[in-house]
Amino acid sequence: MNAPNKSGWKPSAPVTGDSDSPTTTGNRALMLEEPLIFEIGRTGTTGVDLPPVPENTSNRLGGMERSETIGLPGLSEPEAVRHYTRLSRQNYAIDLGLFPLGSCTMKHNPRLNEKVARMPGFADVHPLQPADTVRGALEVVSELANWLVTLTGMHSVAMSPKAGAHGELCGILCIRAALEARGDARKVVLVPESAHGTNPATAAFAGYEVEDIPATAEGRVDLEKLKARLGPDVAAVMITNPNTCGLFERDMKAISDAVHAAGGFVYCDGANFNAIVGKVRPGDLGVDAMHINLHKTFSTPHGGGGPGSGPVVLSEALSPYAPLPFTAKGEDGTVHLVEEENAGEWGHSDAFGRMTAFHGQMGMFTRALAYMLSHGADGLAQVAEDAVLNANYILRSLDDLLLAPYGESGPCMHEALFGDEGFAEDISTLDLAKALIDEGFHPMTMYFPLVVHGAMLIEPTETESKAGLDQFIAALRSVAERAKAGDDSLKAAPYFAPRRRLDETQAARKPVLAWEGELAPAGKPVASEIGGQ
Amino acid sequence: MRYLPLTDADRGEMLAKIGASSIDDLFVDVPEEARLDGPIHDLPMHASEMAVERHMRALSKKNLAAADAPFFLGAGAYRHHVPASVDHIIQRGEFLTAYTPYQPEIAQGTLQMLFEFQSQVARLYGCAVANASMYDGSTACWEAIAMAGRIARGKRKKVVLSGALHPHYAEVIRTMAKFTEDEIADAQPTLQGSPDVDGLVSRIDEDTSCVVVQYPDILGRLCDLEKITEAAHAKGALVIAVNLEPVALGAIKSPGEMGADIVVGEGQALGVGLQFGGPYLGLFAVRDQKHVRMMPGRLCGETVDAEGKRGFVLTLSTREQHIRREKATSNICTNSGLCALAFNVHMTLLGEEGLRRLAAENHRLACIAADKLAQVPGVTVLNDHFFNEFTIRLGQDAREVVRKLAQDGILAGVSLGRLYPDADDLSDGLLVTLTETTSEEDIDALCAALKEVLA
Repeated sequence: MNAPNKSGWKPSAPVTGDSDSPTTTGNRALMLEEPLIFEIGRTGTTGVDLPPVPENTSNRLGGMERSETIGLPGLSEPEAVRHYTRLSRQNYAIDLGLFPLGSCTMKHNPRLNEKVARMPGFADVHPLQPADTVRGALEVVSELANWLVTLTGMHSVAMSPKAGAHGELCGILCIRAALEARGDARKVVLVPESAHGTNPATAAFAGYEVEDIPATAEGRVDLEKLKARLGPDVAAVMITNPNTCGLFERDMKAISDAVHAAGGFVYCDGANFNAIVGKVRPGDLGVDAMHINLHKTFSTPHGGGGPGSGPVVLSEALSPYAPLPFTAKGEDGTVHLVEEENAGEWGHSDAFGRMTAFHGQMGMFTRALAYMLSHGADGLAQVAEDAVLNANYILRSLDDLLLAPYGESGPCMHEALFGDEGFAEDISTLDLAKALIDEGFHPMTMYFPLVVHGAMLIEPTETESKAGLDQFIAALRSVAERAKAGDDSLKAAPYFAPRRRLDETQAARKPVLAWEGELAPAGKPVASEIGGQ
Repeated sequence: MRYLPLTDADRGEMLAKIGASSIDDLFVDVPEEARLDGPIHDLPMHASEMAVERHMRALSKKNLAAADAPFFLGAGAYRHHVPASVDHIIQRGEFLTAYTPYQPEIAQGTLQMLFEFQSQVARLYGCAVANASMYDGSTACWEAIAMAGRIARGKRKKVVLSGALHPHYAEVIRTMAKFTEDEIADAQPTLQGSPDVDGLVSRIDEDTSCVVVQYPDILGRLCDLEKITEAAHAKGALVIAVNLEPVALGAIKSPGEMGADIVVGEGQALGVGLQFGGPYLGLFAVRDQKHVRMMPGRLCGETVDAEGKRGFVLTLSTREQHIRREKATSNICTNSGLCALAFNVHMTLLGEEGLRRLAAENHRLACIAADKLAQVPGVTVLNDHFFNEFTIRLGQDAREVVRKLAQDGILAGVSLGRLYPDADDLSDGLLVTLTETTSEEDIDALCAALKEVLA
């Protein structure tokens, strides 16, 4: 079954193979092959106007002059713009369509935020300028901090962590510092099997042993078993809420109470905050620390893998240990930067240290603040509601065809989880995902969480229209039916992407991680072998 | 709301499909006592694009932008001219709004860019392999130390830091070492014209896993790393070289060619801009390919597709948290991909010729500034050698001088008192940085202002 698109054009049949006839260039109309800069650039070419290197002048480099060729290719500006524009067209992106990666919150990135981040008072200020010359920048940090603390119902926020995993580390280090301050050396952090890989990696990096938290058959933390495991050796539990099965942890408050009663702390992975922003405050559920991915819930662009930003909201018990630097508001309303030298004045001499050289991801703060101001308190609640509505719509539009392992556990939050039950024996979730690429969609998160066989975790976010969801649902139904019917053509999908399936085994077995050829200094560039010619 | 496509009619139809009578039915698992019954108090309601822009512009105007003042700050964040096309390219939605390239068939743009970036960084650093970026220089530096610990299999617990390592980097390292129980052998810089290489070498012993040395150092000084790498290797220790100003490597030898084992640094200077400290770009490379599997962070590698066409994928991911969980080499997930693109584009526009010219122009201006500043009564230039950054001594608290000059609209540099608040013996030091964005008029303005303040 193929859904017609709006123009009325309809593919004739499911694709069974490619029918390409080679072109001279290797290009396919608008799909243009592009060599590496090392194959088209020259060391003698530059796209920037600068005076030539003066000859025979003295220098003060102390005999450290670089004499050998570095081997860096240059391109003129038109060549460079074309090179990167061509490359860009080989990428899928949220600007092109639905990007339903579960737990990644790929939502629309408003362009106002890009404009704001580039205002000279934010983009062109140095982190070590005298405080009086950056009061507005400090106010941005402070204003954003206030939003985060208020939305989460927490006591304070550490703004400097650079991304979610860095924020996790910050939170766990606050917990460790708080425990050490009371002379309580605990060794274990409990993490559910369904957690993001960063959780156990973070706990291990901070010097803890990691143990599993058992789950119930309905996909939530098993409160009774958790209680039985708690004791004087447990420093913290790390819980994702809503969890990675797409469910809200109903017993969150009881979990927190039990952990606190046993002398431990509750870390909440805030990756899925988009489902509940404006609807419930983690602080009211007993959470001690939670990182917030500004690049998820608050729409700062993912940029092909970063940068992110991971501020950590903290309970009163953990706040004294938050790392430097951060901002604090004086009685006259002036915002100050609290660093090593004045931490004492601001009653913060117990800070556990410093996580990064400067103050955090300012370029993300401005974007996130512009986003929050745009939505307001009312709009953010609507964000959560629409995100949850869209996910439930997907869940209930597909659960007759695909196994929804926790479909009976109540409504999902902002992501819908399916398993591969019923697929023909030799067809995998991966095959289905690659076929979705041919349908013009980025696949969902696959094989995560680990607790569901062949997992498919779909997070549509609130910025998708109903028509867009309907088209996605039709596409997914079509490929799921093919997977169940054992359509072997799925195994070689995608057919229409810039590349067919890539040989990841070869990449890992004989790693080629850098271009190793010689470069042409000037004149004719070295020959390109790209394009499968 | 302009970012929300659903209409009330859509919402009604969708609820009907789900079988829910209202949106509240979908939040039944949130305990009622914790559920909010309306917009959170004390926060503003939604605002138009125009209103938000106005609010943010007012905040922006409360700052003195570097372009609006004679500007001499560096110390790990450098102001260079970024060609307009760099910002244009990183704002293309296909780059800006893509995710981590986990589906390589539809992410070749990001992946090829990362491969180019890795190749550029490896060449610049004189290394075999660079990764696809870290958060920033300071976190890359800590990750390098953790990696050296893995290579030593935990048998060597001592980390020797050069006294002339950026104090914020040293603070990040001390912070993390508290939790990993590495022993940090630490020092402060002494105000000498050249780095104390012998002092550093004398601290290396059989228990040392690595030596961390900044190049050029925090005072802008240069030294031959070969003496350090030879001494360290003789004791079985690794050398981690830290570079905060990649433009310098267009003029001076790479750490890799002097034997540094791991080279890390801050890549912000190319393409990224100042941005009040972030996001920046952590660079991470190893001289010898044998250490690749110990590296943290994402790696992009070359391969072929089912039709034999060249393509790129993220590879060796069995080191990473999403596969290895608590046994991963690092907990890092998100990196600094878009900043890596900015670096990649800027470096491609420069090319080797442009980078060398840029470095020469920076050094030329720094030499002029050093000569002119030396003529100001009360000022002495500390450095025997430097690239685009050097330390001057003022004979009085440089923090105060910086404040006074800022009131006159001159951003004079980074006082050592700001970097080392507890070190009285460093308090008269001022770190001054020159780049191609500094004019000779700016230098004259700085000299004149200093003359007045120091008189």
